[in-house]
Amino acid sequence: MTAASATPTAPHVYLEAQTRWRVFEIVFWLATLVPLVVFPSYLVLASQIAITALFALSLDLILGYAGIVSLGHAAFFGFGAYTAGLIAKAGWGEPLSGLVIAAIASGLLGYLASFIISRFRHLALIMITLGLGLLLAEAANSASWLTGGADGLQGIKMWRLLGYFTFDLYGYAAYTYSLVTLFLVFLVARRLIQSPFGLSLRGIRENAVRMPAIGAPSRAHIRKIYTISAAMAGIAGALLAQTTETVSLEALGFPRSADVLVILILGGAGHLYGGLIGAIIYMIARDQLSGLNPQYWYFWIGLLLIAVVTFLPNGILGGLAQLASRWRGAS
Amino acid sequence: MMMSVFGVLFDGFAYGMLLFLLSVGLSVTLGMMNFVNLAHCSFAMIGGYVTVTLMSQAGWPFFATLPLAFLVAALVSIVLERLLYRRLYRATELDQSLLTIGIVFVSIAAAAYIYGTVQQPVQLPSYLRGSFHVMGLTLGVYRLFLIGISLMITLILIGALEYTRFGAQVRAAVDNQRMARGLGINVDRAFAISFALGSGLAGLGGALAVEIVGLDPAFALTYLVYVLIVVSVGGLGSIAGSFAAATLLGISDMAGKYYFPELGAFLIYLVMVGLLMWRPAGLFGRR
Repeated sequence: MTAASATPTAPHVYLEAQTRWRVFEIVFWLATLVPLVVFPSYLVLASQIAITALFALSLDLILGYAGIVSLGHAAFFGFGAYTAGLIAKAGWGEPLSGLVIAAIASGLLGYLASFIISRFRHLALIMITLGLGLLLAEAANSASWLTGGADGLQGIKMWRLLGYFTFDLYGYAAYTYSLVTLFLVFLVARRLIQSPFGLSLRGIRENAVRMPAIGAPSRAHIRKIYTISAAMAGIAGALLAQTTETVSLEALGFPRSADVLVILILGGAGHLYGGLIGAIIYMIARDQLSGLNPQYWYFWIGLLLIAVVTFLPNGILGGLAQLASRWRGAS
Repeated sequence: MMMSVFGVLFDGFAYGMLLFLLSVGLSVTLGMMNFVNLAHCSFAMIGGYVTVTLMSQAGWPFFATLPLAFLVAALVSIVLERLLYRRLYRATELDQSLLTIGIVFVSIAAAAYIYGTVQQPVQLPSYLRGSFHVMGLTLGVYRLFLIGISLMITLILIGALEYTRFGAQVRAAVDNQRMARGLGINVDRAFAISFALGSGLAGLGGALAVEIVGLDPAFALTYLVYVLIVVSVGGLGSIAGSFAAATLLGISDMAGKYYFPELGAFLIYLVMVGLLMWRPAGLFGRR
């Protein structure tokens, strides 16, 4: 399958070859700047896409690479959003430090949860992630004195970004802020995945029992990546809270966990760009289709899921990679 | 105070029986093929809508619609099994969950398109309405009927699994699928039949549930969580386990709503996570 098995190379040569930036990647990141110039009226949507892409990237780390299926990942997204929102509401509206605090808080929650997560696999794991997510959502709903309950968290006032840019209705600051954050986190994720640690994660995905036998502690690795992924999801949540200046219960509900799973699978899990491509397609499609009839949006999503699973088991990027390798083989 | 304790126990037990009907089919099929069928409650929803439609549009009596709810749900499940599920028997749990979540989304949107998002009313025959008063307790007639019909179905199911040739094949396939194949048992056929029967039972459960919990397009997702809790806590492929888990869940849900209304569903999820951490394979699970 991979280059390593096709041509036997030294491990460090393989790892170095992976870290090289490809033309596709450079084009992709340059293209993210296009909305700032060409579609200024869609910048609010664009910043939503960047936030969703970051969230999907965090899920990709645990699902695509370590093989941990989670139906409750929105818990960390929502926890980060509420942390950032509550800090701002308490009077500290500085965005960057709020982002860091939210990441640390979500990471801590993820670290605690990882002790449970790393002990289970298969159906029990899916059910426990689902249960933990629902628990947190119910807790947030009950603690309405803190979270505002069903009305959402009102009265968030953000200060200017770096003391200069305001989060306004046009979304210039929001998009730039989200995009830069996404890019920085992406760099971290990319470095992580291409390290020996990232390779051992893929080993865990393929065979969790065999990895300890070659000296890689599966559970410790799973705890690490789960904590990192939770912190990233928290950053995404905090971005949403800060750029929209509101947090609702919907930030940590089950539909958001399901949505991000759909996005990742659509794009292709286990490719760094899968969540990003998936988020772009999903969010733009929702923006266009829900204008027609919002009620039936999930009909198309459902149909899409059935089609992707039946015909494109590795998502769009997986399908493209397959096509590319077939083309290369033919020529 | 004592009275209300028994009242909660009774209502919770009736509710648990409903959950048992909804989930027993999933438990058997999950145990046999390890197929994660998250669309199970969509089949239940089909049963509910069949009953509501037949009663309001065609004027059928309540009892006559129940067999049809069973049949239609079973038929739809057979078609879907042939078209979609069959391809994914050897796929990962993730692919299976995604396919079936897709079916759930489509079924919800389809139901909303045909019936709208409002709650569907059901008009029970007069002899099922009202309640008994026994020793100061108020027992709803419909809940008694629900308990009776569920216990009857449980007995039939256990009898069929324990004493018929087909039941023995199903048990063998649940215990060890490869060994059962090696002995010449047609596991695919046994699975297809039990899948249809399980979906039919879900359809029946859905039809019976309309009076207790109402029916709207979100049914397929709302009750999925409950059904999954019953199945994973009870243990895959175990009818006794599902029965115990459904009873436990029904009573603790009722008690939670009655005594700690401010906690909402928090208690249920706490019980589920705790039980799963204690016994990941379920209360009666062997794996």
